[in-house]
Amino acid sequence: MDAIVVEELRKRYKTVQAMDGVSFAVREGEVFGLLGPNGAGKSTTVRTLATLTQPDSGHALVAGEDVVRHPNRVRRSIGYVAQDSGVDWEATGRENLMLQGRIHAMSGTPLRSRVGELLELVGLQDAADRQARNYSGGMKRRLDIAIGLVHRPRVLFLDEPTTGLDPEARAAMWVEVERLASQESLTILLTTHYLEEADRLAERVAIVSRGKVVVEGTPTELKAGLRGELVTVDLADANGRAHEAVSVVHLVEGASEVVAEGQQVRARVPNGAKAIPLILSALEERGFPVSAVTTARPSLDDVYLHYTGRDFSREDQEGNR
Amino acid sequence: MQVIRQTGWMVVRQARNLAREPIWIAMMVIQPLVWLLLYGQLFSRVGQLRGGASSYIEFLTPGIVCMNAFFGGSWSGMAMITDLNRHVVDRFLAAPASRFAIVFSQVVRAGITAVLQALLLLVVGLALGVRVHGGVLGWLVVFAATGLLAAAFAGFSHGIALLVRKEASMIATANFIGLPLMFISAILIPTASMPPWIKTLSRFNPVNWGVEASRNAILTGGNWGASGVYLLLLVAATAVTSLFATWCFRSYQRSI
Ligand SMILES: Nc1ncnc2c1ncn2[C@@H]1O[C@H](COP(=O)(O)OP(=O)(O)OP(=O)(O)O)[C@@H](O)[C@H]1O
Ligand SMILES: [Mg+2]
Repeated sequence: MDAIVVEELRKRYKTVQAMDGVSFAVREGEVFGLLGPNGAGKSTTVRTLATLTQPDSGHALVAGEDVVRHPNRVRRSIGYVAQDSGVDWEATGRENLMLQGRIHAMSGTPLRSRVGELLELVGLQDAADRQARNYSGGMKRRLDIAIGLVHRPRVLFLDEPTTGLDPEARAAMWVEVERLASQESLTILLTTHYLEEADRLAERVAIVSRGKVVVEGTPTELKAGLRGELVTVDLADANGRAHEAVSVVHLVEGASEVVAEGQQVRARVPNGAKAIPLILSALEERGFPVSAVTTARPSLDDVYLHYTGRDFSREDQEGNR
Repeated sequence: MQVIRQTGWMVVRQARNLAREPIWIAMMVIQPLVWLLLYGQLFSRVGQLRGGASSYIEFLTPGIVCMNAFFGGSWSGMAMITDLNRHVVDRFLAAPASRFAIVFSQVVRAGITAVLQALLLLVVGLALGVRVHGGVLGWLVVFAATGLLAAAFAGFSHGIALLVRKEASMIATANFIGLPLMFISAILIPTASMPPWIKTLSRFNPVNWGVEASRNAILTGGNWGASGVYLLLLVAATAVTSLFATWCFRSYQRSI
């Protein structure tokens, strides 16, 4: 059975089409990753599934209930960890969790012991009775996740759970999410900018671009779908002639998807070992000194580039500016 | 019932959070006293303003109690803006929290704050020679009037908070509505001394319903029927504004 079914969701904010026909399905017990650059529509999709945002059109079922027609039924079975922390700063960690439990109609000893258990799970037992305003970013994030879990939801939404965390905290969060995922009944939909995060945590991913899912599958499937290798050539001195270098590399047999980025030229080739000498001699002939060459097996990054014609990491940096 | 339970726990949340703000508590104590003492001095020589009270301070106390309640209520929506900015509201909305409970808990909190301030003002008033001529019932009527007045304006204020969602717009709106309502009321001067058109307008001013009920309770007592009507009007106003604020969640949800 599918825990989440999304069909043709559309949502327009004044000038922006945030969702432009998003469709995907998540199986029960699965960890599913939504991947995409800033503004792709990931959060809008998650907010819609968490019953906060009303779609203009389309349908979505979460835990078997329609998010528009029966939002309150959906709310009972989901945990929602928003991109922006929803922690009440003035309250302590424990008070945040207790109130969330009360909202879910929990009370008494079951609630208290559940809260204690969660504080331990996310490693906040020592800080439990301090005001959350004094928590670090990572502690707030862990409290957010505990808040989403109080009522033992069947579906958990994690919108960028590790953004803003240092590498150590991120690694700890990954272990956390893996542990949650190992409880087979919990379905997790997570969004991320980090390809390696999706690669590590998600059993299946969907790449979202401009409000649409452009490709969907397991990370391995997606990578296997790309034949060949990526060759990156660092020019020693392109002097603004990078575009000329692109046309040179284009003429090399087998090279495709050739792009320039600063002093670098990248191309996809069926076989790196064969292509590299050809590329180097072609460049040399036209007077381009080369300082380094690397080849790489396809990564999710390449999958992104392939399916959208856009460079994931670069676009992301631009969006963050 | 779930709505009542949720309202209760959310009131507990706000009370506990506010109790951790010593400066907020200090201001809640000092500000009404400053008003009482300042206005008490300012108008003390103007004999005709007494409206039958034995001193101007006695005349003024019910007015200040109400002014305080209605200002407190009008500004209470700022708490909603903080919760919106901190995404606490989103967290509640994605859980099965009643929208009415989210608003009404704030309304109740504003009402309780105003009642506590009224108690403080009356006690200080007693020290300054104010007598509550309505006796025990008089005290209760003053508390009911101030609590309801704050609650009615809190509902309105939270509706505006959900509509404008920005501090600056909230402040502008509260001032735009608050100051005229204060001057079209008997807070500072007796109804008898008002120009006729203001007198007419003031009858439709919820602030004045609270003032009339409180002033009757403190200055004269008796004639409780009229006070009862004013209190019922304030109950109705609280219901209307709380439902208005609940309805305003639609506007907020359309924006996200
Ligand atoms: N409440 C809103 N009002 C107006 N526009 C919005 C709103 N929320 C999102 N948008 C716009 O919709 C588009 C999609 O935004 P969304 O937040 O869903 O993207 P995202 O994929 O989550 O991006 P990010 O990685 O930056 O979180 C963006 O262009 C954004 O500006
Ligand atoms: Mg987002």
